[in-house]
Amino acid sequence: MNKDLYHYDLIPDVDMPAEFIEREKAREASKDEREESFIPRRRFLKMTGIAGGGLVLAFAISRSQRAEGAHHGGGDHSTFAPNAFIQIKPDGSIVIAAKNPEVGQGIKTFLPMIVAEELEVPWESVTVEQSEIDRERFGVQSAGGSQSTPRNWNPLRQAGAVARTMLVSAAAQKWSVDASKCKADQGYVINESSGARLSYAELATDAAKLPVPDADSVTLKERSEYKLLGKFIGGVDNADLVTGKPLFGIDQSLPGMLYAVYVKCPSFGGAVKHANLEEIKSLPGVVNAFVLKGNSVDGQLMPGVAILAKSTYEAFLAEKALQVSWDKAPASNESWIEMKAQAKELTSKPGPVAEEQGDMDGAIASASKVVDGYYTYPFLSHSNLEPQNCTAWYTDGKMKLWAPSQTPQGIAGMLSNLLEIDQDAVEITQLRIGGGFGRRLINDFVCEAAAIAKQVDVPIKLMWNRESDMAHDFYRVGGFHNLKGTIDSSGKLTGLQDRTVVFTPKGGDGKRPVRGGNIRAANIQCPEIPNVRIEAHHLPLQVPCGWWRAPGSCSLGWVYQSFIDELAHAAGRDHLEFLLEQFGEPRWLQPGQARAFNTERAINVTKLAAEKGDWGQDMKSGQGRGISFYFSHLGYFTEVAEVTVENGNQVRVDRVVVAADVGMLLNKAGGENQVEGSVIDGLSTLAGQEISFEEGAVRQTNFDDYPLLRMPAQPKIEIHWMTTDYAPTGLGEPAFPPLAAAVTNAIHAATGKRIRTMPISKEGFQVV
Amino acid sequence: MATIQVNVNGDDRTIESIDPNTPLLWALRDHLGMVGTKFGCGKGLCGACTVHMNGIAIRSCSTPVSAAVGQAITTIEGLAESSQNLHPLQEAWMEEDVPQCGYCQAGQIMNAAALLSSNSSPSDEDIDNAMAGNLCRCGTYTRIRKAIHSAAEKGGVA
Repeated sequence: MNKDLYHYDLIPDVDMPAEFIEREKAREASKDEREESFIPRRRFLKMTGIAGGGLVLAFAISRSQRAEGAHHGGGDHSTFAPNAFIQIKPDGSIVIAAKNPEVGQGIKTFLPMIVAEELEVPWESVTVEQSEIDRERFGVQSAGGSQSTPRNWNPLRQAGAVARTMLVSAAAQKWSVDASKCKADQGYVINESSGARLSYAELATDAAKLPVPDADSVTLKERSEYKLLGKFIGGVDNADLVTGKPLFGIDQSLPGMLYAVYVKCPSFGGAVKHANLEEIKSLPGVVNAFVLKGNSVDGQLMPGVAILAKSTYEAFLAEKALQVSWDKAPASNESWIEMKAQAKELTSKPGPVAEEQGDMDGAIASASKVVDGYYTYPFLSHSNLEPQNCTAWYTDGKMKLWAPSQTPQGIAGMLSNLLEIDQDAVEITQLRIGGGFGRRLINDFVCEAAAIAKQVDVPIKLMWNRESDMAHDFYRVGGFHNLKGTIDSSGKLTGLQDRTVVFTPKGGDGKRPVRGGNIRAANIQCPEIPNVRIEAHHLPLQVPCGWWRAPGSCSLGWVYQSFIDELAHAAGRDHLEFLLEQFGEPRWLQPGQARAFNTERAINVTKLAAEKGDWGQDMKSGQGRGISFYFSHLGYFTEVAEVTVENGNQVRVDRVVVAADVGMLLNKAGGENQVEGSVIDGLSTLAGQEISFEEGAVRQTNFDDYPLLRMPAQPKIEIHWMTTDYAPTGLGEPAFPPLAAAVTNAIHAATGKRIRTMPISKEGFQVV
Repeated sequence: MATIQVNVNGDDRTIESIDPNTPLLWALRDHLGMVGTKFGCGKGLCGACTVHMNGIAIRSCSTPVSAAVGQAITTIEGLAESSQNLHPLQEAWMEEDVPQCGYCQAGQIMNAAALLSSNSSPSDEDIDNAMAGNLCRCGTYTRIRKAIHSAAEKGGVA
């Protein structure tokens, strides 16, 4: 068992943006509290006495001693607001704050559900409000790495339980009974001796006078007592969405606002030599046009031309008329075709050993069978349906932003360097985001909007069109894997070697991978293989890369889970049985580390998927079934795909069976939506998506040459949840990685053809 | 630049000083402040901008505002009879919890409404064919199909 390859530090490194990990580690080191700081272990009460009765209860966070009362209740003296997440007013209205950016992962609904569950209130009585950006009060506010669920599970349960405990105490005092004789029940406290009831509304003012108990001292509900979590609860914005209310970044409008476009060099990194600015300024509706030099920091402000107009259409027309002479000296000159040839050549030779366990050379020498396979996959665009946009207004020394960002807390620091403004002068309003997928973890579009706004005295809305969105993404990195597997005479897998390419940002240290570009032995997820070696050729890359849904796992899951199927066939073994053998005994690979790989959970979801997916049962000629497992973002997923292949190359995916273990499902509506969406996204990606580039510029422009799956190709999707006692974990990503291999393994079963190049259109197949 | 009169959701609206070639999408969003209709691709490839012209689903990103003169335009804001009386599709969309990010859903609903007004009881295949022009990046197709069936069963056309 090569458990050191599965060390605690490795899995998060694969799953989470490296910057996040470093930032979090630094924070951990500077913290005297182990838990999230926004529900401190020790806190003390700050009472804000109000003339005329009523009290606003506020707690001060122990480190900052910052009062809540200034924010909650404010002029409303009778609001019970024991922490930043909850307000109960005497009229009975209950407001729960939604702290994190909503990108479609359903977080604006399910994080408040956690609070409401412990608060013990009916969901119908709750109003959810998107919170402001404030790390002291709300902790980390981001949408990335499927981290929001594990990160917030304890603090938010405690936030609700603290308030419930206080309301029960207030009622007990009123009745002069012990609090243990009272119980909270859906917005009321019930005196179990007398049967008397008091509503939370009636108790709010009294509860506000009580000391706030330590978060660790309150009793959390047992899961068997849950009334809300696990139910099918529709998204809190659904009514506004289906009636077309303004919700998204793109919907923001301000009086006197101008519409901006920002044009960058098609070849990444190019600068502006000259532009026909005077001609552009004379066009109808155009108010201004200017060059921004930018700081050329990856993910911040590249050089470009800003055009401001009275309408989006006029700004877009002016963009078409803009003529720029670009300085391509600093720009990328990279070619996808050349890169593929270079990578193939490189990976045909031994490379620097990045990780090794056991004796791979010995395994090759003693193998009864050696299997080779060369796997490649392309760069991908995020293609959020809402193109990048941001509204900015620089006024009275303040930079006000309406930003659809997945990492709003990173903006102020970035802008203070870029624009030489005070961090405190940056005000950000969170707006609903029309698709994240990792694209908006990077705030380049916010930098652009803010830099443009700083030049003018009116609000501006920066609007990217589809073409600029596709040309200036931070792409999922492509990859190349020359794999070798060894099988002994008993049909056991004895060794796996990956000669691969790790891209590093051009101009960097040559070691640290591009975002999402790390390749580790832990990604193979077969802890029983005794001999493993990763050889990594490093190549510099200027094409900007970003985190794309399930970074690393989104592509590596396909590579390794396909190759395991190849090896099973070579060994003459059933794939399911062969796969289960790779997990070994049910156990934690790192005992006590909840983030580490747990083979028991892997085995259980795999067996469940196989059973529900009719593994081993006969299929008609031209049909095939494939299975694939992956553990990512703390979630365990096995998927079985059934396909029919007609005319030799027309693939219809008939059914996808998903078995999942994420501890417990918090919201059946939103959670299953994530899984269904991940399956569709997986199919979309494998069917025909590829970003290619020539002379450092992306060739794809819109959905005609970068196709998304359309409705007729959707398969039947069945989801089976393993409910386990583990803490719930996120669902934005982990259902994605197993899908591709399940489908390509199924195509192999149907046709005998092994797909080793993505998308499958490159191998002559078409998804119908 | 011209002054243009359009009828949107039953109201006659005047847009002053607009290029008549402006796509209806941007006339709605920038000039009339009706932002329920969304911009996705600008080329009629994704369907996020779908509105009705005389009851027919059209792509407003590729239709000049001048072509809307004298026609009855319906947008997502005007699909329901009133805020208390939503279109069956809007109700079904909420019951099935169709949206993820929700950005494409106004276009999906408008396209589905046009389908139901011509086919009150569509099959899976009818739905797939009619909805094939509307992309959902989040992949909510399963639920969209379910919601259309559900709305059709409840009487379909508002």
